[in-house]
Amino acid sequence: MNKPIEALLLQPAEAFADYLKNAAARIDVSAEAKAQQDGARVGISRPHESAQLHVSGEATYIDDIPELAGTLHCALGLSPVANGRLTGMALDVIRALPGVVHVFSAADIPGTNDCGSIVHDDPILCSGDIRHLGQPVFAVIAETRDAARRAAARAKDVLTIETAPPVLTPREAHARGQYVLPPMHLERATNEGGARAAIARAPRRLKGTFDVGGQEQFYLEGQISYAIPKEGGAMHVHCSTQHPSEMQHLVAHALHLHANEVHVECRRMGGGFGGKESQSGLFACVAAIAAHKLQRPVKLRLDRDDDFLITGRRHCFWYEYEVGYDDEGHILGAEITMVSRAGHSADLSGPVMTRALCHFDNAYWLPDVSMHGYSGKTNTQSNTAFRGFGGPQGAIAIENILESVARDLGRDALDVRRTNFYGTTERNVTPYEQVVSDNIIDELVTQLETSSDYRARREEIATFNAASPVLKRGLSLAPLKFGISFNVKHFNQAGALVHVYTDGSILVNHGGTEMGQGLNTKVAQVVAHELGVGFESVRVTATDTTKVANTSATAASTGADLNGKAAQDAARQIRERLAASVAARHGGDAASVRFANGKVQVAGRTLDFTTVVAEAYLDRVQLWSDGFYATPGLSWNRDTMKGRPFFYFAYGAAVSEVIVDTLTGEWKLLRADILHDAGRSLNPAVDIGQVEGAFIQGMGWLTTEELVWHPQSGKLTTHAPSTYKIPTANDCPPVFNVKLYEGDNFEDSIHRSKAVGEPPLLLPFSVFFAIRDAISAVGDHKADPPLRAPATSEAILDAITAVQAAAA
Amino acid sequence: MSNSSSQPIRFFHKGRVVDVSDVRPTRTVLDWLREDARCTGTKEGCNEGDCGACTVVIGELAEPGASGAVGGLQLQTVNACIQFLPTLHGKALFTVEDLKSQCGKSVDLTRHDKHAVRELHPVQQAMVECHGSQCGFCTPGFVMSLWSTYEHHQAQGTQPTRQQLADELSGNLCRCTGYRPILDAGQRMFDLPAVRLDTQPVVQALTGLQREGTFEYTSAAGGDDRFHAPKTLAELAALRVQKPKAQVLAGSTDVGLWVNKQFRPLGDILYVGDVTEMKVVEERGDALYIGAGASLEDAWRALSQRFEGLTDVWLRFASPPIRNAGTMGGNVANGSPIGDSPPILMALDAEIELRQGERVRRMPLVDFYVDYMKNKLEPGEFVQGMAVPLSVAARRVRAYKISKRFDCDISALCAGFSLLLDGDRVKEVRLAFGGMAATVRRADKAEAVLVGKPWTQDNVNAAKLALAEDFKPLSDMRASAGYRLQVAQNLIQRLWLETRTRDALPPEATSVWSAMPHVVQPATTEGA
Repeated sequence: MNKPIEALLLQPAEAFADYLKNAAARIDVSAEAKAQQDGARVGISRPHESAQLHVSGEATYIDDIPELAGTLHCALGLSPVANGRLTGMALDVIRALPGVVHVFSAADIPGTNDCGSIVHDDPILCSGDIRHLGQPVFAVIAETRDAARRAAARAKDVLTIETAPPVLTPREAHARGQYVLPPMHLERATNEGGARAAIARAPRRLKGTFDVGGQEQFYLEGQISYAIPKEGGAMHVHCSTQHPSEMQHLVAHALHLHANEVHVECRRMGGGFGGKESQSGLFACVAAIAAHKLQRPVKLRLDRDDDFLITGRRHCFWYEYEVGYDDEGHILGAEITMVSRAGHSADLSGPVMTRALCHFDNAYWLPDVSMHGYSGKTNTQSNTAFRGFGGPQGAIAIENILESVARDLGRDALDVRRTNFYGTTERNVTPYEQVVSDNIIDELVTQLETSSDYRARREEIATFNAASPVLKRGLSLAPLKFGISFNVKHFNQAGALVHVYTDGSILVNHGGTEMGQGLNTKVAQVVAHELGVGFESVRVTATDTTKVANTSATAASTGADLNGKAAQDAARQIRERLAASVAARHGGDAASVRFANGKVQVAGRTLDFTTVVAEAYLDRVQLWSDGFYATPGLSWNRDTMKGRPFFYFAYGAAVSEVIVDTLTGEWKLLRADILHDAGRSLNPAVDIGQVEGAFIQGMGWLTTEELVWHPQSGKLTTHAPSTYKIPTANDCPPVFNVKLYEGDNFEDSIHRSKAVGEPPLLLPFSVFFAIRDAISAVGDHKADPPLRAPATSEAILDAITAVQAAAA
Repeated sequence: MSNSSSQPIRFFHKGRVVDVSDVRPTRTVLDWLREDARCTGTKEGCNEGDCGACTVVIGELAEPGASGAVGGLQLQTVNACIQFLPTLHGKALFTVEDLKSQCGKSVDLTRHDKHAVRELHPVQQAMVECHGSQCGFCTPGFVMSLWSTYEHHQAQGTQPTRQQLADELSGNLCRCTGYRPILDAGQRMFDLPAVRLDTQPVVQALTGLQREGTFEYTSAAGGDDRFHAPKTLAELAALRVQKPKAQVLAGSTDVGLWVNKQFRPLGDILYVGDVTEMKVVEERGDALYIGAGASLEDAWRALSQRFEGLTDVWLRFASPPIRNAGTMGGNVANGSPIGDSPPILMALDAEIELRQGERVRRMPLVDFYVDYMKNKLEPGEFVQGMAVPLSVAARRVRAYKISKRFDCDISALCAGFSLLLDGDRVKEVRLAFGGMAATVRRADKAEAVLVGKPWTQDNVNAAKLALAEDFKPLSDMRASAGYRLQVAQNLIQRLWLETRTRDALPPEATSVWSAMPHVVQPATTEGA
């Protein structure tokens, strides 16, 4: 033990890059400037359309809207127990509290007591069965938010509940056969006998189980709805939501109104991440019911703790698997059971499980595979969408398996991964029978392997670890392939409206919502590009159900793909009308009219765009248009789980290097290198922002963000940022090399770009597996570390202890 | 109810002195801003001081010659969501709405409205240029933390390192960007043409608000509850005896949550934040004296300057806004078993100084805690300060904080160790732990195993075994009992590895955090 300290242990860690280097490494400023000079408005890293408002505090979120006179405030009375039967409510006690105007419960809902988005199993307010601790039971409306919260906090004193023991974990639910939906099976047999036979025939086999925790969205702006009653019984709801049309439907059902009587509006969200796709519904409904009853404006803004206790999050998964493989590490057969913690209702658990099953293959050819998905019904918040939507949970299972296979074979995990990559002309069909026709994973990984100096660092780390008794370093490269489109075909449609006013200014409205991802920025760029005008000429307005109808959720990373195409369609129609009109006035052929940089070139003349618009108005040309888009070529059979659910795939890979303390399990990310495929990016800065944000967010999921329910009471004990730890600035690696992969989308997407919201959430797998690699070094890479996710320091130390025991 | 002696809360906001007299004493600065003043730039993200969306900057008149001052003001970030409005009395409040007004007006010809618009402040401009905002909700808080950093460095003529920026931003959560672009903006802002706060009108206004004697506030909205803010120790001691049930309030980093989250009525409040004598941090005789009102930031800085091994726990204790508002006296008096000051202070043989009226008594901190959240304070008594013997600097001192996240996390356990060797023998050793029992305390049995023995692996192993006799920790959401004990034992191992007489390992070989090149701010003038 007491050997002298090696000099290499004392080498300082690589210094932080500075901002100039960071910017230069990410964005080719001069190429973009040249393109912009030539008239391009896409492919340009313009700042977020609201950036100036964000930084000055002038961006309006729903709680910032000046309140109308007479506005009341709502808070929810929550169940203090996780399972049982509600037998009594002494709501008069609450009604008598200071400032309280009104209290109501399920029986007072004029329409349907349901806010389930697919399956109608999700009561707005408890109707008898207590389903989880934190379930809303009654609503308090008071003169102030403080009075409403104080009154609602008395729930435990006024509710009578026959309690029952809660079922909290997916394994427990699975053991009881308790699910929110029927089980799903996705199987593919390339060889005789399918997965079971392939495993049996394989030269090598391994079995195991794996746990991956859930994740709270932790949007910085909590759930909020502000409902304003309108004439004739109509309702206007300002709601922080990714899905205004769904909110419109839910409110209409709750109030027994028609859709045309409910108006839902959202300018922007302070973050969504999937948490405001379906689960904004309960709050929109409660606020609307209250506003309807009292005929006064009612605002419901959740306290952070209540937000944690009421709303669901990313599903935690438990896996049991067996794989058969050869001496090279080729996976020959795989069988896996995945059980998710769905919570008390179905919510989006079905689609989440579908996506998990459709992403177990990640970037790998699995000839014979058998997957089984169970959505466990538990007495916890109903889990829902969260960036990746089951994809990460599906893909991490195969990555974990490949790590174990590599350890067993004594091969570098990267080599085993590469061995299994999908081919381009063969070995290229997914288990759900979609041909992977745009595969670039091998080329992308090769580029990253070189740029990150993977092989040399692998050797340096081995040398370091041999000399370092306490600290161990680890390295991992993790690839990703992610399917883009909603698995439900009919969601893949979008509409937009573009108005050109007579002064040449342009207003865009589309069905997508802005939650920070830069959707409005990109759509404005598409319109500016189409009409050949400056960014500042185009303004995007609040998403509004009275403008574009029947919109899909802004989800599944499809926001820019769908709405960008719809807006392009609208803008193109206007451009064509303008071209015809200007050619008619000034001569020449409409097809050869050019729009760029605010100018219009026609028959050898150059006119201002504003002049052309003004003239077109005089010529009675329609200067506004709708636009529509439906993704082509999709099909999906829910029963067989086969088809072409995805328009295309996005790819990426990351290399992470960590250092782990074997005495405490503490760890630090030292460096990350990312190469991500966003196709021909509409806005490289925005896309890189998505990539880096997803990387850090996903790293939090897999490391520090641990959800803990009290094993007896079923209370979520990590219900605030004091106990639930998302990454901070110090968790951002000092060396962070991020680049977008050069290449067009093979498919005809909007300007050949690719969706970028969710895929990079899989990049931080590399952090998790680098930690696993460092732990493995403790046992000289002979024992497979039983590391669970999240890899908290405790989970890491547990795995280290197990590896030490196996080596002893 | 006697309202006769109540005075309005007077503070500087948006270029003028405002008077507020109609809010309850526990009205938070954030609620006042958003609901009463209609300044909605400052956001609520968590309502407990953990997310930083509500970060604002408080300005106070600086003592003459104080370092770290900005044009005669002490500027510091705080979380508006847990500061009570009456604590602003006599101070200045700066929010995100104040930044553009520091800049000139210009006409932006690219805009169609062609109205004169305010330019963005360099902090804001840098955030835009570096793509530092996505959803934008956390952004005003980041902007205010960056602005505080900006003003402090401009005043000193320095620029922060990347690591310093990350440390300064540790109390601001962003869920969108992954922070890199915000750190970029923190560097970029110094490369833009400088815009400095004109402090002269603020200094003038605050000078006019200076007072003698206790500030008393009460309002119809707050019922009978009175807010008392004495200026001197003598006034405080007298009030404390008069009102032994009153809630003592310093940084409200814990009390703020009692109000916001638990709706606990506080009754009368005794605010110690204006008692200048209580903020003293100075060497008195052979001890470092830390007044109970000294901020965590000032107290940790002073300790770190005198004892080795405390930088990490200082920076990790909490975010800058919390360390600026909270006091070490409050952390000690609160007596939480997971407070990070007590284990370190115990390892340093600190004494606690208690005062009741004119009576001042001292006791070793180890004797102060009786049981879970119970201590030896008598009715009418309060913690006046702590004293740390300077002779302890001869020992090897270590502070090890274990939590899920590096920054701003409540410890699963926190260890304060000190060790004095005589040759290869242990002459003195202190092994103090938080998070391992109902109170913070020392590991008597493990210490006993080591004292007088050679500092060897065998004896360390024996101490680790004894530690299991000292503590039966609990399992909770932060860690299991098993992990707590295993790590507590391993931390003794780490101490040994770092201090053994042969081949001691440097921190680079024992701590993953040594990869972070922290640079800590120089001292402010002590004795303020």
